[in-house]
Amino acid sequence: MPSQRDDVAAHAEAPVHIAVDRVHAAAPVGGIKIRARDVNVFYGEKQALFDVGLDVPERAVTALIGPSGCGKSTFLRSINRMNDTIPGCKVKGRIELDGEDINDRSIDPVVLRARVGMVFQKPNPFPKTIFENVAYGARIHGLTTSKSELEALVETSLKKAGLWGEVADRLHQPGTGLSGGQQQRLVIARAVAIRPQVLLMDEPCSALDPISTLKVEELINELKKEFTIVIVTHNMQQAARVSDYTAFMYVGDLIEFGNTDKLFTKPSMKQTEDYITGKYG
Amino acid sequence: MLTWLALAALTLFSIAAYMAARRRAVATAGGKTAGLHSLPGYHGAYAALWAGVPAALLVLMIAMFGGRLEAGLLRLDAPTAVQTLTAPQQDVFYDDARALARGGQPSETSYVGTLRTALDAKVARSSQLQRMIDYGALSLAVVLALAGFALAYPRIGVQFRARNRVEGWIAALFVICSVTAVLTTVGIVASLVWESWRFFQAVPPLQFLFGTEWDPQIAMRTDQYATSGAFGAVPLFVGTFLIMIIAMAVAAPIGLFSAIYLSEYASPWTRSVVKPMLEILAGVPTVVYGFFAALTVGPLFRGFFNWIGGMLVGGPMDGFGLYLMQVQNQMALVAGAVMGIMLIPFVSSLSDDIINAVPQSLRDGSLAMGATRSETVKKVVLPAALPGIMAALLLAISRAVGETMIVTMAAGLQAKTTLNPLDTVTTVTVQIVTLLTGDQEFDSPKTLAAFGLGLTLFVVTLMLNIVALRIVQKYREQYD
Repeated sequence: MPSQRDDVAAHAEAPVHIAVDRVHAAAPVGGIKIRARDVNVFYGEKQALFDVGLDVPERAVTALIGPSGCGKSTFLRSINRMNDTIPGCKVKGRIELDGEDINDRSIDPVVLRARVGMVFQKPNPFPKTIFENVAYGARIHGLTTSKSELEALVETSLKKAGLWGEVADRLHQPGTGLSGGQQQRLVIARAVAIRPQVLLMDEPCSALDPISTLKVEELINELKKEFTIVIVTHNMQQAARVSDYTAFMYVGDLIEFGNTDKLFTKPSMKQTEDYITGKYG
Repeated sequence: MLTWLALAALTLFSIAAYMAARRRAVATAGGKTAGLHSLPGYHGAYAALWAGVPAALLVLMIAMFGGRLEAGLLRLDAPTAVQTLTAPQQDVFYDDARALARGGQPSETSYVGTLRTALDAKVARSSQLQRMIDYGALSLAVVLALAGFALAYPRIGVQFRARNRVEGWIAALFVICSVTAVLTTVGIVASLVWESWRFFQAVPPLQFLFGTEWDPQIAMRTDQYATSGAFGAVPLFVGTFLIMIIAMAVAAPIGLFSAIYLSEYASPWTRSVVKPMLEILAGVPTVVYGFFAALTVGPLFRGFFNWIGGMLVGGPMDGFGLYLMQVQNQMALVAGAVMGIMLIPFVSSLSDDIINAVPQSLRDGSLAMGATRSETVKKVVLPAALPGIMAALLLAISRAVGETMIVTMAAGLQAKTTLNPLDTVTTVTVQIVTLLTGDQEFDSPKTLAAFGLGLTLFVVTLMLNIVALRIVQKYREQYD
């Protein structure tokens, strides 16, 4: 695929970059939750990711940064196999969750997605009540056996998402009636209600105002005690604020991955430095 | 003939006006068209419109109403011999005079004595009037065309805003077209209401709406059977309702489920093949469905039920078997089922649009929760699309209620108040057709009943459509 790769690079009118060392193993505190090796993703004929390798540490926040179209969201969506739902999208390579290949035939994507929750760019509460939104996953997966258990689950989930205080008295009103920031936290509550191990967040704050953004960032800080979080963001300040590890991607390549403090203060790659200092992107 | 000649001449004159005005516009700008407020073509069009349109309108008006004007003028100062005639005889007299004046075929009435002289005088008068109107109109048209041109031509100049003026003419054209559509609607409703009002003078509305006997026969002579007729429309309403329910029982699930398949499961390739096929089904003329129902489905169903009946006869369900053996070709089930087939593409394509309007982010959200595709459809997509789907079904109901051809050919004519799908029923639309086909007089309740039925049907479908559109509108606001 070398010719295609050149095409993509030329298309973005970017400086030609030299091949980089793929795996920049960071020193994770806990274990490794997700291990990606040689991940290539194709949309039809067009290749979107080139040999991406990344180790996502457990119970920490890993941020994916990079200019638009660099493959951050594509990589994120291959972790819970949401790319399967896009016609013509092919994922090659190996992605392990707790040492288990998620693209293996024995893995049911539906079960996988219950283990790897996802929060999207635009808040997408279902046209149901707040209660039903949070209870959705529990009902589908049969997580609770009694009504009181379900109510308790909804309450703890909403508390984890920091929304309980704001909606406790109107659980049975439509979730679409909340403000944008509240909706996003409702969606996070919905995702954590099925007790996933990993939480993927695809630019969760890009549609929110600064105050709501702050609340969601505080929430991410809370949630990382319990979940492994991978967050895609356009906002470098946000990556610096919330993440422990940062991966910089550019036109389908993983350029650099490492400790957030180090990556933002002493990047080892010229391209990373150019990007974080605002020379392009 | 004269009209066409006049219109052709006007067209030529307009073209000449266009050229002249255009040349003048270029000339006033000293050849530099960039200095003109409007392009030369606009100046030309402006002059051409003024030269052509008013005169052409006059010519068309005379072509349409000149005959009527002449007929009216001809009746002024009627001779005494004519005054003695009855009103219908007078009508015949004047028609004959006008026919003779044009070299046409008069009636077979023989006119003698004073009437003969009066007729000859009127024939001459008719030709004279006709010439007067034709040539008068023609000279007036020439004056209008010249005046229009004389008005427009001197205005042409560098500063003249011909663009805006021409724009005004175009806007006027659009307004006239939309007003025509609106006025036609108003006219249709008004005629419906007017004729219905005449009907309701003969038959009280309550008796019409709640009467249970429908027998719209009016006696020609007083000693005939059914002197007054019965105009209770309940059997028709029940028949219409029964067929509508059967049709919806077929169309709603099949249409809805195929819409779900197309929008949620089908690959883009399948979709691109299946959707046009469904839309072809929508393009089949209803009369074709009609004979499909009457000639294919009807005999098939009858054969099937007669066969079952034959097996039941003699057994414990003997009576039921005998009944089934007597089932006819024409039954509510046949008409309803075929109508349901007709409505499938209607329901499916509307529902498909509505399901597609449910944002992809909701599906993604549900799938990312570990829901399967069908759980996503059942618990997220359909609830979100429900109001729109309800509206689609209401629109389909209103189509079913107003559908005529299939029921005329397959449902039958007997007005029975029954909910038995194997029975022959009749519908509102079928009765309108039978009441108004053939030679009819438009002053008996029998024919006027059609308007009463038409008005009822109109009100019902209008209300269904209004409710449905309201729902769709509300639904749109939710996601836009």
